Amino acid sequence: MQLLEFQAKELFREYGISLLDSISSTNIEEGKKHAKQLGYPFVIKIQVPVGGRGKAGGIQKCQNDDEFDIKYPQVMDLEIKGEKARAILLEKMADIKKELYLSIFLNRSKRCYTIIASAEGGVEIESVKTQIIKEIGLGDVSDEVAKEVAKEMGLEGITAEGVVDTLKKLSKLTIEKEAELVEINPLAIMQDDRVMALDGKFVTDDNANFRHDELQKYQERTEIEEQAEKSGFSLVELDGDIAVVGNGAGLVMSTLDMLSDNGGKPACFLDVGGGATTESVYEALTLISKLDRVKGILVNLYGGIVKTTVVAEAFLKAYENNLIDIPVFSRLKGTESEKAKEMLQGSRTNIFDSVEEAINAAVMGTKK
Amino acid sequence: MTDIFGLLKGKPEDSDYEKKGVIVQGITGSYGSIHAKQMIAYGTNVVAGVTPGKGGQKFEETVPIYNSMQEAVDATNAKISILFVPAKFFLAAAKDALNSGIKLLVAIPEHVPIRDTMEALDLAKQKGAVIIGPNTPGIMIPELIKIGIMPPMPFKAGKIAVLSKSGTLLYEISDALTNAGFGQSITIGIGGDPVNGTRLIDAFEMVKDISDLEGLVIVGEIGGDSEEMLAQKIIDLGFNKPTVAYIAGRAAPKEKRMGHAGAIVMGTYGSAESKVSMFNKANIPVAKRPAEVPVLLAGKMEK
Repeated sequence: MQLLEFQAKELFREYGISLLDSISSTNIEEGKKHAKQLGYPFVIKIQVPVGGRGKAGGIQKCQNDDEFDIKYPQVMDLEIKGEKARAILLEKMADIKKELYLSIFLNRSKRCYTIIASAEGGVEIESVKTQIIKEIGLGDVSDEVAKEVAKEMGLEGITAEGVVDTLKKLSKLTIEKEAELVEINPLAIMQDDRVMALDGKFVTDDNANFRHDELQKYQERTEIEEQAEKSGFSLVELDGDIAVVGNGAGLVMSTLDMLSDNGGKPACFLDVGGGATTESVYEALTLISKLDRVKGILVNLYGGIVKTTVVAEAFLKAYENNLIDIPVFSRLKGTESEKAKEMLQGSRTNIFDSVEEAINAAVMGTKK
Repeated sequence: MTDIFGLLKGKPEDSDYEKKGVIVQGITGSYGSIHAKQMIAYGTNVVAGVTPGKGGQKFEETVPIYNSMQEAVDATNAKISILFVPAKFFLAAAKDALNSGIKLLVAIPEHVPIRDTMEALDLAKQKGAVIIGPNTPGIMIPELIKIGIMPPMPFKAGKIAVLSKSGTLLYEISDALTNAGFGQSITIGIGGDPVNGTRLIDAFEMVKDISDLEGLVIVGEIGGDSEEMLAQKIIDLGFNKPTVAYIAGRAAPKEKRMGHAGAIVMGTYGSAESKVSMFNKANIPVAKRPAEVPVLLAGKMEK
């Protein structure tokens, strides 16, 4: 999961990484109290799980009560890359000399953790030419490596010490919380030459969740996503009107691509997992029935050893129980598909031999 | 470099040539037992199973079950193991296998923490062993040996190597290849995790020198940069066997995990565009649909 800035900073604080004073809130009344506690001037920062907040107007300076009353709701109402504000962070204003970049991330292809550092911070790291890159195996950063990084960044004195210290704490955080990415951008050099984390990004390994009860409070899921997880499905909600269901992540992604190529708009990505049974398909239809915007369901199952009649049974049951009343466009590859077709004759489920046919029918059938 | 055919088949002078023994870890579990039966039915020589606490029993009245990998390896001398234990127990089971002398470990479980995969990989490196997976459908030489969970129908013996991150797309695309008359010499599931025991590039190393290889199919998906690395490798080596790719996830939103733990685009890292453009650079056509793969492959072969 990806933490919000204020959540990442909670962890930073716990690990002793230097931060400015800040408080998060979810409504203006709460925010007003915090404003008094914190004192002007400060910065109002939208909390969304995507980058590009500054450009979108999600970070605003605030000098007094009047500005606060205007800017707090303004920032709160923003939508950045489709993401609404989860909270607002008020953070003291900083008088900074220079911005640096520091991160530890999981290098997937090298299969090790990697430090990326740069003397240029506050911009997207992809656009920075002078990156310092160090591979660090399972994430441990020695004094020696940390000092080398600070030196290569051209830092001296207490600034260098600060970077070494921050890097070692990031390493501890990465290992203990099983992070895929921990990033401070920018890490600011203050007027007194000390360093402070002005922003924080933190992505954890979801598969290690079972070892990290302490991180569960940061888990953000819709009710439907939660139910999907309980059933062992993967579900990603999208904003179109055709629900896409299949078995296997690759196959469902592929179906999403082909649907989009044909002008259809997917309402969700729903992977019911490798096998498919009457129960699992019925459960998937139950989840979809809770999404209001869905006008049709596109099912792409590569059965293999799965009998398609078993899947057909789930569709029949769903109509019988009035679980769904929208058309299903289905491609079922597997055994007994002729029998499955017979079973579904006269119902609102259409079975096709190829996924292309099912997609075309779904796009046509949901057009109004 | 890993001699994967040596591991899977052995040498013609071996007494167990094309009958290499395979141990199934977690053979009595619901998933492990179904697939152990299917593998045996396919002709894979399953010589032992391991389930702690069930040593001394027999699976399907024929396959002996042991309490530990060491006992199973001592009794059978097998070098291959397939692992079906739940993700939480992956690391312990993988260590058990690697410390007992297993040289090819096929790890089926999904949801293994990355840290555990990396630790298992460290050990595999020390022991000179290969891990395929986790979160893989497995590896097979069609009509000879199947170490995995794939249904048998899509596959047919032949001369095309198929490397895939996704399970169901491997079946789907192999099916399309088979129907078009392209059998497969080997298919390797890489797995959909962020960190793979065998990366696309490693799998390519395993198959690129097959003497009668007639073509290569790469089935990738969004996330990471293993497709880009492979494309670069193909350029560097001047590998010139007909090669076709497919990439799933063009329409996926950014920063969302699409089912597989590894299928996520962060900024531009892992995007379909990046992968497609690298394949284009390597003169490898990228199919828009699974069904298009054999068509493009046939086109490449005519040239």
